[in-house]
Amino acid sequence: MKNWPLWEIFIRSKAGLNHKHVGSLHAADEEMAIQNARDVYTRRNEGVSIWVVKSEHITASDPDDSDPLYEPAKDKVYRHPTFYDLPDEVKHM
Amino acid sequence: MDIKSLEDRFNEKIDEDVRIEPKDWMPDNYRKTLIRQISQHAHSEIVGMLPEANWISRAPTLRRKAAALAKVQDEAGHGLYLYSACETLGVERDQLLQDLHSGKAKYSSIFNYPTLTWADMGAIGWLVDGAAIMNQVPLCRASYGPYARAMVRVCKEESFHQRQGFEIMLTLCKGSEEQKKMAQDALNRWWWPSLMMFGPTDEASTHTEQSMRWGIKRFTNDELRQKFVDATKPQADLLGITIPDKDLKWNEERGHYDFGEINWEEFFNVIKGNGPCNKQRVDARKSAYDNGAWVREAAAAHAEKKSKKQAAA
Ligand SMILES: [Fe+2]
Ligand SMILES: [Fe+2]
Repeated sequence: MKNWPLWEIFIRSKAGLNHKHVGSLHAADEEMAIQNARDVYTRRNEGVSIWVVKSEHITASDPDDSDPLYEPAKDKVYRHPTFYDLPDEVKHM
Repeated sequence: MDIKSLEDRFNEKIDEDVRIEPKDWMPDNYRKTLIRQISQHAHSEIVGMLPEANWISRAPTLRRKAAALAKVQDEAGHGLYLYSACETLGVERDQLLQDLHSGKAKYSSIFNYPTLTWADMGAIGWLVDGAAIMNQVPLCRASYGPYARAMVRVCKEESFHQRQGFEIMLTLCKGSEEQKKMAQDALNRWWWPSLMMFGPTDEASTHTEQSMRWGIKRFTNDELRQKFVDATKPQADLLGITIPDKDLKWNEERGHYDFGEINWEEFFNVIKGNGPCNKQRVDARKSAYDNGAWVREAAAAHAEKKSKKQAAA
């Protein structure tokens, strides 16, 4: 028999925080994926909300493209607050 | 990019302790070794449920029963984290299970020993989970990202396993003469197999050097075994029971305990499939798989029917 499809599991650990990827599991459908995620990834109150996404629906960037993707941000120090010189009298800005 | 520069970049990452992730280029042998190591580990978690499941219905109190259930359920979880990590390397879950059932894939030799008395539940938690923790904590820094992350989850959960086992031992050792005898008997039977869990000696283990280079092993078998002995001897003293090794004694010069020779013939014999419970364990896994086939098929059929209905609506 063919494997049940693979699902990626995202858990919100408490209200106010992002859902975060925690791992994957197999399940026949989305309902079962949520129930299995409950059993596999939240046995100790690790979550208050679960997202499940079929792994095949995730498009990932290619690690070989890292340079063209992330290089351009590297020399733009002026995007950071510390780039700007302010006198000490300006205490919090 | 040519293979040489890919390899160089991979080695650079390993040297700088940068994690390797599923889509990154990796040498074939690194991938193969990881699949073998992670799947063996996953199988050990799943097969490891069997000796203890034996005692869930016979636990002496409701408190112990709840703990035993939770522990065995955790081990199922550990197996699942690890199978998932393994699948990111491009193998199918079903293939991994078939390799376990056919005997092609191995699992930890320790689970081929029988659990004869309730004290074995104590000894397993204390010694077997204790040895597993020694092995697993360094793997939280393994070079392969999904493996390291799975190990972090596993290690967080293991400490309860060891503590509940030690508590069982402690209760028995503070109990009647007969109970203390049970605890001693369990220690006698589980001690040596627990030391074997760390695998062959450094001299005899063929993959250690390469695996250390790749950062998928952080300490050698003998180093971990020594750590385990050093940590466990004082715990046995605290329980007031005796480790069954007449050569076990503190070596002031080394700053470690010396201990006796392991029966390697027994170890390799159990690995080869001739331990007391090998057949029973694999049969139990196979029958669980075969008897669950209709559930897997029914759930798949239901999912398909539902998605067709949704598409039509
Ligand atoms: Fe475990
Ligand atoms: Fe455990």
